[in-house]
Amino acid sequence: MKIIVLIKQVPETTDVRIDPETNTLIREGVDSIINPFDMYAIEEALRVKERLEGAKVVVISMGPPQAVDALKEALSMGCDEAVLLSDRKFAGSDTWATSYTLAQAIKKIGDYRLIFCGKQASDGDTAQVGPGVSTHLDIPQVTYVKHIEQIDTHAAKVERMTEEGYDIIETPLPAVLTVVKEINEPRLPSLKGKMRAKKAEIPVWGAGDISCDEDKIGLDGSPTRVVKIFTPPPREGGRILTGEPDEVAKELAGLIKDIVTG
Amino acid sequence: MANNDAIRVLNDKCTGCTLCVKVCPFGAITMEEKKAVINLMKCTVCGACVEICKFKAIVIQKKDEEKIDFSHHKDVWVFSEQKKGQVQSISFELLGKGRELADKLGARLCAVLLGDKIEDKAKDLIARGADKVYLVNSPKLHVYQDEPYTKVLVELIKKYKPEVVLCGATVIGRSLISRVAVKIGAGLTADCTGLDIDPDEKLLLQTRPAFGGNIMATIISPNTRPQMATVRHKVMAEAEPDAKRKGVIIKEEFPEDVYTSRSILIDVVEEIEATINIAEADIIVSGGRGLREKENFDIIRELALALNGAVGASRSAVDADWIPYSHQVGQTGKTVCPKLYIACGISGQIQHLIGMKSSDVIVAINKDPDAPIFSVATYGIVGDLFKVVPKLTQYFK
Repeated sequence: MKIIVLIKQVPETTDVRIDPETNTLIREGVDSIINPFDMYAIEEALRVKERLEGAKVVVISMGPPQAVDALKEALSMGCDEAVLLSDRKFAGSDTWATSYTLAQAIKKIGDYRLIFCGKQASDGDTAQVGPGVSTHLDIPQVTYVKHIEQIDTHAAKVERMTEEGYDIIETPLPAVLTVVKEINEPRLPSLKGKMRAKKAEIPVWGAGDISCDEDKIGLDGSPTRVVKIFTPPPREGGRILTGEPDEVAKELAGLIKDIVTG
Repeated sequence: MANNDAIRVLNDKCTGCTLCVKVCPFGAITMEEKKAVINLMKCTVCGACVEICKFKAIVIQKKDEEKIDFSHHKDVWVFSEQKKGQVQSISFELLGKGRELADKLGARLCAVLLGDKIEDKAKDLIARGADKVYLVNSPKLHVYQDEPYTKVLVELIKKYKPEVVLCGATVIGRSLISRVAVKIGAGLTADCTGLDIDPDEKLLLQTRPAFGGNIMATIISPNTRPQMATVRHKVMAEAEPDAKRKGVIIKEEFPEDVYTSRSILIDVVEEIEATINIAEADIIVSGGRGLREKENFDIIRELALALNGAVGASRSAVDADWIPYSHQVGQTGKTVCPKLYIACGISGQIQHLIGMKSSDVIVAINKDPDAPIFSVATYGIVGDLFKVVPKLTQYFK
């Protein structure tokens, strides 16, 4: 029985800055990390594994060859196996094609009970791939999961975070769960885990390995197309209010009064 | 050898000018022997290099597609999210923008409303600009569940063939529409902050932030219908109600199996502190590490109360257990876009700025004049929040 985790390697966005002269993202020295939300997905998969006898955690990433580093980090945390989906034919995949490609890889792995994803990736912020995978696999989903209350091999009872609080949902398995930060505190890799990850050979699957319809992958399989990329206009320079607390509070109150009463 | 890559450089046209290297937001282009080389593993085929190249040396190629006739796809649809029978404000924002798009397309604006005993809400949607409301009433649709809502929406789309479908980028919206788009093979753009119609091709231009708002991308779905997008809260102005407006209500019914769900919603729990949803609030007062201890959050709550606003927090305040996670603004919390955002004792780490910098007016109160929060502030006060914030509260009480 397999628990699958889908992870994405993303730039560590704290370092993403715009070069004021060329107006492009400065990428030099930007480290790649596992998408922060996926760390919670990995951790939750490992915790569920401890609750379900005989379960194995398989972590999958789709991306460039260097995404192997993200997979190795997941292995060092305790995941059992890893697979990298990497092929130039996957280039230009949008969320539709990405979720199709991941679903095909999951079908190849087989015997899956649970699929964990982070709620969204920090670079694209779409939150569309998890639901897309569940739809391609025709299995239920619960998004924004913040707690797993009960779980066995056939069903799970979970809490889904909403804008106002949370829903309690029971779902049969297999299912896709996308998780939020509140669900757990990801563990650090153990020394033993690091050693094992270092030695691990991670299989790389291309389009030919996952029996996919070539019209559904990469740019051809992507219904959306980017037509323009630009940097947003910078915010207008602000105004600093100075004076005694009483004065500045009064001045500010005057400046924001219309918004408050409007 | 035939080159089937999605994007490639025509070496005979490339002059090695390196413009494309500079413009590539993904660092995917390098120069080798004075010719541009695109690393397809990094490339997202965004087309920035194609646009900048003066020599037409970079081409994007998609498989030849037959020109599909989409003329039978009409109308702009708005999925009208309701909770406990109340239509959510995001739906009115979408009707405002939807009206504008429908007029540009010469199409009708239609609202889709799913729920139980909600007929009376259909009139509100007409008052806010809908020419037509597709109403599906069933006890099974009383609360949102992924599967029945997906199936109903898919059936409606197949039957009536809209040109555009819009939905809020909410918890429900993102969960629902991602499924619908995959089911019907349609293009979907997440979390848009701008929507327009291309005057020549009549395509929906969908603009959204990426990389935490550091870059913006405009996206189209040229070869599939409907063109689908989720839209961020509070970016579009709400349509004003006009009770005199006329429209048609079309009631739809479906066989039982359309309403079935494998997963079951057992309970809906509302948390008291989250009664004002920060994603929907017009005014947010946020506190950060500068508050020093949990009890001091009351200063923030009091100002929020006086302004009839919601309470937000930085990650460090949440991590210190001063306030629940549902209040966290920023990259690992919520993205908000209120009319007024007041940051108190928040230094303004990039992860926080990502979540709030598109607010209309930003006020920063911080004792450190070099705090990055001041770089995005409309009004900044360098001072002691413990003195300034209570004074401000007094003025609005």
